[in-house]
Amino acid sequence: MKTEALIAMLARGEARVAPRSVERRLAATVATALLLTLIVALATLGARKDLGAAAQLPMFWWKLAVPLAVGTLSFAAARRLASPGRRTGAAAALGVALLAVLWAVAAADVASAPAATRAALVLGHSAMACVALIATLSLPILAALFVALRSLAPTRLPAAGAAAGALAGGIAAAAYALHCNEMTLPFVAVWYVLGMAIPAGLGAQLAPRWLRWA
Amino acid sequence: MEDVEETLRALLLLALTGDGAAYAAFLTQSGAHLRAYFRRRLVTSPNEVEDLVQETLLALHNRRHTYQTTQRLTPWLYAIARYKLVDLLRAQSPRRQVEVSLDDDEGASELLPADASPAESRRDLLKLLDTLPDRHRLPIVLVKLEGRSVAEAAAAAGMSEAAVKVGIHRGLKKLAVEASKRR
Repeated sequence: MKTEALIAMLARGEARVAPRSVERRLAATVATALLLTLIVALATLGARKDLGAAAQLPMFWWKLAVPLAVGTLSFAAARRLASPGRRTGAAAALGVALLAVLWAVAAADVASAPAATRAALVLGHSAMACVALIATLSLPILAALFVALRSLAPTRLPAAGAAAGALAGGIAAAAYALHCNEMTLPFVAVWYVLGMAIPAGLGAQLAPRWLRWA
Repeated sequence: MEDVEETLRALLLLALTGDGAAYAAFLTQSGAHLRAYFRRRLVTSPNEVEDLVQETLLALHNRRHTYQTTQRLTPWLYAIARYKLVDLLRAQSPRRQVEVSLDDDEGASELLPADASPAESRRDLLKLLDTLPDRHRLPIVLVKLEGRSVAEAAAAAGMSEAAVKVGIHRGLKKLAVEASKRR
């Protein structure tokens, strides 16, 4: 087949596409993932028993705000990286800045606490469960985001995979925050961040093989 | 260089709203730029050039929904070209890790030369099309090659109109996958 004939073939018929296809494809995946993850987390782990009372405390909302901020920034990055020829953009730098602030505030919390209670402030009582459950909840979301990205056209595969992983981690951690009854910022700064970093790293690792499209 | 950006961008934006003539012009001009791009980079295997041009045109078509109207067009185009080039180089030397610059501005910062004289392609996409299952092949042949309407094609193939549309869409993606496999 000559190139001319290929062009005539491709141009014949309907070439129209709906505007904002990239955003809509990713947003649909995120909305479904958020809903299903909430259902699964609440059905299997359950909401914390004192949810109503806890919701009166600022710490409850900070614990939710961290994953939601990670999710929002990762969505912005994934959206850009889903199109060829775009870089990660400001999202990565903002994410690093956010982490720096989070760790600085957490470190100040630890430093100002009495020496005897410092370890408990960081370790809490559910560190391992927190990391494992956030990472586990994020895996199906990561898979769904990979499927979505493959229908788009990422060309910077590890970056796109990391963004998808961080987005999956953010959604999973936000859902997990409704179950978790830890109430210190240092705990969030270490274990929530680790829980979200695992899918991000996994996404970057798996991307060269699994995000490849033809 | 700005002229190329403006021209191609205007053509694609028209094409995405359903202007078939603008789309043909977009693909033809893009093809000429892609040919020059690949000829420069495949000096040692010039007979791969036209195959790669065709594969990239197919990718531009299949991935046209990923062009975001706020972004520059030429970096989008050349990022897809580079992606296809890296694929080819990896296939040529699977043992060596091919190092290709991933700088997305690379293509855009060149003078965007064009080359309108195609070489012979080695791989025949029509033959590859014949290997696709009927649900993909028939809609493409009837609508995209013979120029029949979706309704006519549906009647001729005994499929629903929706199945014809899906068949074209999936079939062209399948064709791209098969083309990149058979190097």
